[in-house]
Amino acid sequence: MDLGTHASFIIASYGLCLLTVLALIAWVRVDKAYQERSLKELADQGISRARPETESKGAQ
Amino acid sequence: MTGWAMALFQRDLRLSIRVGGSALVGVLFFLAVVTVIPFGVGPDLNLLSRIGPAILWIGALLATLLGLDRLFQADRDDGTLDLMLMAGRPLELVVLIKCLAHWAATGLPLVVAAPLLSIFLNVDLVAMGAVTLTLLVGTPALTLIGAIGASLTVALRRGGLLLAVLVVPLAIPVLIFGVSAADAAIHDPVPFMTPFLILCALSLIAAVIGPVASAAALRFSAE
Amino acid sequence: MAFWDYANPTRFLRLVQVLLPWLIGLCLLFFAVGLYMSLFIAPEDYQQGATVRIMYLHVPAAWLCMMCYSVMTLSSIGTLVWKHPLADVSAKSAAPIGAAFTFMALVTGSLWGKPMWGTYWVWDARLTSVLVLLIMYLGLMTLWRTMEDQIKAGKAAAVLTLVGALNLPIIKFSVDWWNTLHQPASVIRMDGPTIHPDLLWPLVIMAIAFTLFFFVIHLMAMRNEILRRRVRNLRMRAAAASHPGTAAATAQPAE
Repeated sequence: MDLGTHASFIIASYGLCLLTVLALIAWVRVDKAYQERSLKELADQGISRARPETESKGAQ
Repeated sequence: MTGWAMALFQRDLRLSIRVGGSALVGVLFFLAVVTVIPFGVGPDLNLLSRIGPAILWIGALLATLLGLDRLFQADRDDGTLDLMLMAGRPLELVVLIKCLAHWAATGLPLVVAAPLLSIFLNVDLVAMGAVTLTLLVGTPALTLIGAIGASLTVALRRGGLLLAVLVVPLAIPVLIFGVSAADAAIHDPVPFMTPFLILCALSLIAAVIGPVASAAALRFSAE
Repeated sequence: MAFWDYANPTRFLRLVQVLLPWLIGLCLLFFAVGLYMSLFIAPEDYQQGATVRIMYLHVPAAWLCMMCYSVMTLSSIGTLVWKHPLADVSAKSAAPIGAAFTFMALVTGSLWGKPMWGTYWVWDARLTSVLVLLIMYLGLMTLWRTMEDQIKAGKAAAVLTLVGALNLPIIKFSVDWWNTLHQPASVIRMDGPTIHPDLLWPLVIMAIAFTLFFFVIHLMAMRNEILRRRVRNLRMRAAAASHPGTAAATAQPAE
């Protein structure tokens, strides 16, 4: 592949797009790990989503 | 029906003129912006007269943005807004009247000050008239669009800066056609009426979208 | 309002679990084919040379920043009209992704512009509209972040998104008008009358790859948002249990 005289611009745009994509993926994965850790910590403290069934019927 | 509307208009007008003198502060800010520009771009009178209408419009936009957080904030703080929500009047109309009163107290002084400030910028007589006319038609649109931002940020403690960020993109069309119409009056690439009529249309659109969206946002924030 | 255990989010999470591997696989496949075609197979433009390869990133990114706003608009209608509990989750998680694609479109556009126009930035109608769109995305994200109550934030953001959706055509129209008044010199029009099929196919495949990538990230971000709201509600419930009597009797966001 010959990128010609403007190779640096092409490489820069592909590189920056790759960085943005990686940043999005990193954001999603780090966020997920954090939320799951928080849920686990809460579960270890005995706080979980188990709850009486009666309340949910009243919702919407 | 007109009774309560008139009363609300007068109350808001009186409050915004008496409390803090927002009309005067807005005009002072406008003057400050216009004074600062020549220090930035240099005192070249030809350049200033060419970009004068744009400077006046940007100054008016900034001054309007500055005063917008007062639109609902005081009424929310003392609970008046909740009473207005419960009073059973159409909230859209209440918002429209509040915007009109706010415009009369803060926007109209800017329009009145514009001819005076255009002297500083060496704007000629025709352009002076054109800028004043476009500001007269355009600033209500700025207030009405700004009302959306004001009602969205009314629950926030320091919403003023966010308000400006939210409102500026929506105000771009008004700015473009306001400046275009004023420019068209001086050196005419297009007739004056074309952008001017579009500016009028934008103000009318804002008079519909602004109160409707703003009333919806106020209802949701009070829920 | 949605309550602790509204069935939909849980069912949605299960659906995401099933869908994601397929979507990721498909997305990788399209990216592999698309990148190969756009970098190695696609011919050079007789006028722009190899820089035309930037188009295979720029055009899909620009397409996605529009599509993302449409997704947010639909979600906002879902929030305000149908009060669907997942709608504001969708709108909230779409905003950062839209901002990222808008950023991508701007960066590639300006890097494409430098060899073509001679400057990194031209106040061209299209670039300017995309810049305005970026400001709107960032404003919406800030609004989401600054409001404490997620339900109110959702509704406020929905109102702003819809106003923005009504305004975008007006902004586009006025920026076009403004641009024709101040026509910048030597702008190469990118909307040529026809585009050669050899250039078109890589573009289509890259656009599909970008769209699939959007949906992958959007679904994952929505899942994170649902988890975040669960954590938040559990914390609030724990706090309320340790201080009985002060429990907030407010509606809970979808979790």
